Order: sequence, then structure tokens, then C-alpha cells
Amino acid sequence: MKKLITAITAVTLALGAYAEMSVNDIVNKANEASYYAGNDGKADVEMKIIDKSGSTRTREFTLLRMNVKDGNQKFYVYFKQPADLYKQVFLVWKETGEGKNDSRWMWLPALNLKREIAPGDKRTSFVGSDFVYEDVSGRNLSEDTHELIETTDTQYIIKNVPKDPDSVEFSYYTMKIDKDTFLPRHAEYYDKTGKLYRTVEATKVETIQGYPTVIESVVSDLNTGGKTVNTFSDINYDIGLKENIFTERFLRRPPREVTR
Amino acid sequence: MKIKKILLFLISTFTVQVSSFALDTELHGFAETRAGARTQDDPAQNQMSLGETRLQLDALTYFDAAELQIRTDFLYDGLQDDLHKIDLDRGTGFMDLRELNLLFTPIPSADVKIGRQILTWGTGDLLFINDLFPKDWNSFLLGRDEDYLKAPSDALFVSWFPAIGSFDFAYMPKFDPDRYVDGSRLSYWNGMDITGDEFTAEKRNEWFKDHEFSARFYRPVLSWEGSLYAYHGFWKSPVGYDLSANDYYFPRLNVYGASARGAVGNTLMNVEIGYYDSRENSSAFKNVPNDEVRFLSGYEREIGNELTAGFQYYVEWMQDYGGYSGTRDEFRHVLTLRLTKMAMNQNLMLSLFTFYSPSDQDTYIRPNATYTISDHWQASAYANVFLGEHDYTFFGQLQDNSNLGLSLRYSF
Repeated sequence: MKKLITAITAVTLALGAYAEMSVNDIVNKANEASYYAGNDGKADVEMKIIDKSGSTRTREFTLLRMNVKDGNQKFYVYFKQPADLYKQVFLVWKETGEGKNDSRWMWLPALNLKREIAPGDKRTSFVGSDFVYEDVSGRNLSEDTHELIETTDTQYIIKNVPKDPDSVEFSYYTMKIDKDTFLPRHAEYYDKTGKLYRTVEATKVETIQGYPTVIESVVSDLNTGGKTVNTFSDINYDIGLKENIFTERFLRRPPREVTR
Repeated sequence: MKIKKILLFLISTFTVQVSSFALDTELHGFAETRAGARTQDDPAQNQMSLGETRLQLDALTYFDAAELQIRTDFLYDGLQDDLHKIDLDRGTGFMDLRELNLLFTPIPSADVKIGRQILTWGTGDLLFINDLFPKDWNSFLLGRDEDYLKAPSDALFVSWFPAIGSFDFAYMPKFDPDRYVDGSRLSYWNGMDITGDEFTAEKRNEWFKDHEFSARFYRPVLSWEGSLYAYHGFWKSPVGYDLSANDYYFPRLNVYGASARGAVGNTLMNVEIGYYDSRENSSAFKNVPNDEVRFLSGYEREIGNELTAGFQYYVEWMQDYGGYSGTRDEFRHVLTLRLTKMAMNQNLMLSLFTFYSPSDQDTYIRPNATYTISDHWQASAYANVFLGEHDYTFFGQLQDNSNLGLSLRYSF
């Protein structure tokens, strides 16, 4: 009997140890859940940029994403609103390799011109919103050190510290990740003086085709008092995108996937 | 006659639109008013450089097997005398048709666009070597939006995408010259002095005879994009002089070129070269430009927070210079610098573009500030400043045309 209890205890402990995920596993899974669901995907995005006085600017675009090899991805962002961005396309070939830059282009339909965008600071605003470019395309996990600072019944809380502090505006950020879906639900960014100045929240989550998906997210800039609300609709995964959609041919001729 | 045809076409398309073939039509556009003034007197020109209101309508209709694009400007131009006379090639009159084309995919690996369209290729920033599609220099130098530097082409444009790379072929059945500086709105150097007299030239407007052909092949080369180009047509401005007819004209021209573009670390780089094969020879009866080699290289990178700098070096190298007896140097060097700064949540864009030619000793400075007031309204202030040691250089001749202005645009 004693032997049995010992054996059961040993097995339970082993299972327990097995259930305790390493911090790297957690951030990897969170990255997968946030940015890599399905082989490809499509969503209509409405971005409301609300400043401190309450005045609103709206951006509407259709987003296509495709996973290619080695964690690299391609994004096709077709703008519908505001009118001065209508038919412009933002194309990204995301590179996750060490020291590699993303390739980014803007298609300017009035000039029939593909303009490459110089590799730049990934912490700058995405189309004038409170989201930064890195929020949209994902931050490379190798840029930070990750530490599991707390585990609650439902969430892991991770502290992320940049390896190159001069490359970013934050000193660290924390992330609350749901245990069941591995989606980050709440991130808090602290500036060099240790003051909280920015939050990113996943305010609505739904399961679509089996993938837990953020359908509303909000960024608040505590310094300016502004915020941006992203609403995702008409989300589809695994629609069988071809890789040539992410080339000049389809900048000149936006595919039906984005125009319809 | 041509207008009638276009109107008929428009009417018939709109009739088609209400039928069941059209899946969907998107209508957008803008209304813009723009006013500018010369910063000095030019006896030959109006003190106002621009005074106009335009309405652009942009309609895109999706059919099952094709897309129909119509984009046209309706213009009230206070500085144009005969607004009722529409010239679709020169873009004068109350209507400037920018696009009217049909796009379809006859086979999965090819696209065809037929009709009036804006065409662009090449790697330079406001410098063009292998892009011999028409430019509207008047619009550009007078301070209209940068989009208006590109004049429309009436073309059959075929793109083919086999595995080896991408091919583009453009056939223009009738020559599309640049909308060059002709004295109507900007004064120029006529070989003797600066004048605002109308610059006339022999027309090249015979269909299927005065035609142009442009081709490009491009593909990735390592992590760069490499391109090859060819052009068969005419000099885009009337740079030839026919002594027997006593008139300027557009001599025959072929251009062959190549370019490469890519990123090196944090810098975007591009190089482009073109050989201008001037196919006619000067004789007792005509003056024709010599062959030229043209080359450019560009570098662009982020140099600060939302601040980007682009630098280019460009050269025109005249061949057979020994046999040439004009005012031009063997080498015309041009340096350009573009600075772009975004501020106020990217609602304010400040940009400065400068052309400087150390060999011609002339300069063109193009500052612009654009503020996005809301999702619909945009205001901008601009200037075009020309400086030069000599009246006979490209920017030097334009000194009296220096101008500044304001615009207000409502987009819908």
C-alpha cells in the first residue's frame, strides 16, 4: 500500500513537473497563438483612433497573412478608409532570423508605384494609431529576456526585459497570458523611470475555426490620453492563399480576397 | 470627335453598370482647391502660378472577368483661357482624364490592362532613366500634388509571370510626349533669352506609326530586385531641331537599361543605368542630341524618430562630346536629397526635396508641409524655388518661376 502511494506520488509529481511549463514554452505558445494561427488568414480590421478630446479617426483595411518557412510571414494590408489611403497597399515580408530586417513596401495607386520603406524603428506608430508596427507584426522573442513572475489560476504573468535597452522606449513590459488559450490578454509597458505609460488589452476573444482569436483589442497611451480600438471581423483561417499574392503583380491588381 | 467617342463609351459603360454583370462599383475621389503665386515678377507670366479647383472622381467597377477603372479630374482653372477646349493629351481644358482602362486575366499567368493608365517603373526618386512614360513637368514645377508629375499613357499593357521572372510590355500606338515646359505657364530658355513665347514643335501623332514600345523584365537576384529595360520610341521632349522646316521636333530614341534595388543593413540602395541611343544623326538639315549614358544611385535610411533621408547621385554623360558645339557639359551631375519627417501622430508630414547640379550650378528646392485635419480634410503648403548661375541650365532657366502656395483637399 505504502509502495503504491509512493508510486502514485512519484507519478503525480512527475506529471506536475511536466505541467509546469518553462517560460520559453509559454512565450513561444503565446507568440504562436497571437500571430501564427492557421497556415494563413484573412480579417477585416477597423481601427478607431480616439484622442484625449474624443475626436476620432478611422482606418479600415483588409489584412491577409501567410506563414512561410522558418517562422517568417507575409502580410498584405489593403486600405479602404480613410479616402486618402483608399487602394493603397502595405506589404510586409516579415523576417524572424537574427539580425534580419523585415522588407516593407507601400503601393501608391495614383502613381502606379511600389515604394520600398527603409528598415526602421519598429516602435513607431502604425498608420498614426497608438499601435506600433511591432504590435501588428509581432515582436521577435529573441529581443527580450522573459521571466515568469506569477501564475494565477487562469493566467501566466511574464516580465519581458529588452536585451538592447537603447533600441526601445520601454524599460520592461509585463504580459498576462491566458492558460487555456495562450492568448496574451493584457500587457503593461513601463518607461525608463519605471512609470506605467502604455497598455495593450485583448478585450474580446472568440474561437474561430478552432483557433482562439482576438476580435477586439485596445491600446491606451497614458501619456497622451489617447487610445486606439481595433475591431476584427469576417475572420477566416486556412483559406489557401498563394504566396504570389504577396508580390508586385497583386499590388498592381489587388486580389478579390481583399477587394470583395 | 475623340471626346464624343469617350462620352459614348462612358455612357455605354454606365448602362452596362446598371445591368447585372457588374458585381460592385466603388466611387471615391476628392475636391481640391489650390492657389499659388510667383515670388518675383515674370513679365511674360501671370503673378499667380496656380489658381484652380478640381474634382476627381475615381470609379472602380468589378465584373466577373474584368475590372473597369475610370478616374478623371474636372477642373476649373482660373489661369487657363480656353477651358472649354479639352485636349486629353496635353491635359488642358476642364477635364483631365487620368485613367480609363479595363483589366483582365486572359491566362492565369498574365494580366492585361488596356486603355488610359498611369505607368511607372525604375528605381529613382523623382529621377527617371528607364521610365520613359510621359511626365507632366508643368504640374510638377507649378506645385500641383506630386501624383500629377505622371501624365497618363494610352497603352496596351501586358504582364506575364512565368517562373523565371516577370515581364511587362507596354505598347503605345500613338506617341505620348511629356507635358513639357512650353511657355504657357512657365518661362524657359529659348537659346537666346528667357521667354514665355509659346514653344511649338512638330507633332508626332500618327497612330500606329508614331508608336512607342516599352519593356521590362524583373526578378529577385539574391536578396535584390534586378530589372532589365528597353524602350523604342522618341525623345519625350522636342529636343531636335529641323532646319529645313524651321521647327523643333521629337527625334527617334531607343533606350536600354538595367537596375537593382535592395537593402544593405538599414539602408535601402538602388542603382540604375540606361543607354540613350539617339537614332538620328545631326546633319546640315537637323540638330539632334548625341547618345547619352545615364546613371543613378540612391541611398535611403531612417536617421531619426520618424525622420527619413534619401540621397541620390545622377549623371548624364554625353557621348561623342568632341563633335558637339553647344553649351552643355560632357557630364551633367545632379545630387538630390529628400528629408521626410512625420509628426503629430503622423498627421503632419514635412518633406523637403532638393535637386542640386554642381556642374550646371543650379538648384531646385521643393519643401512641402501637409497636415491631415481629419479623415476627410487635408491642408498643405508648398514652394518651388529655382536658383541658378546661368539662364541656359535646366533649373536656372526657371528662376522667374519660383512660386509658393497652399491647397485644401476634401477626400471622400
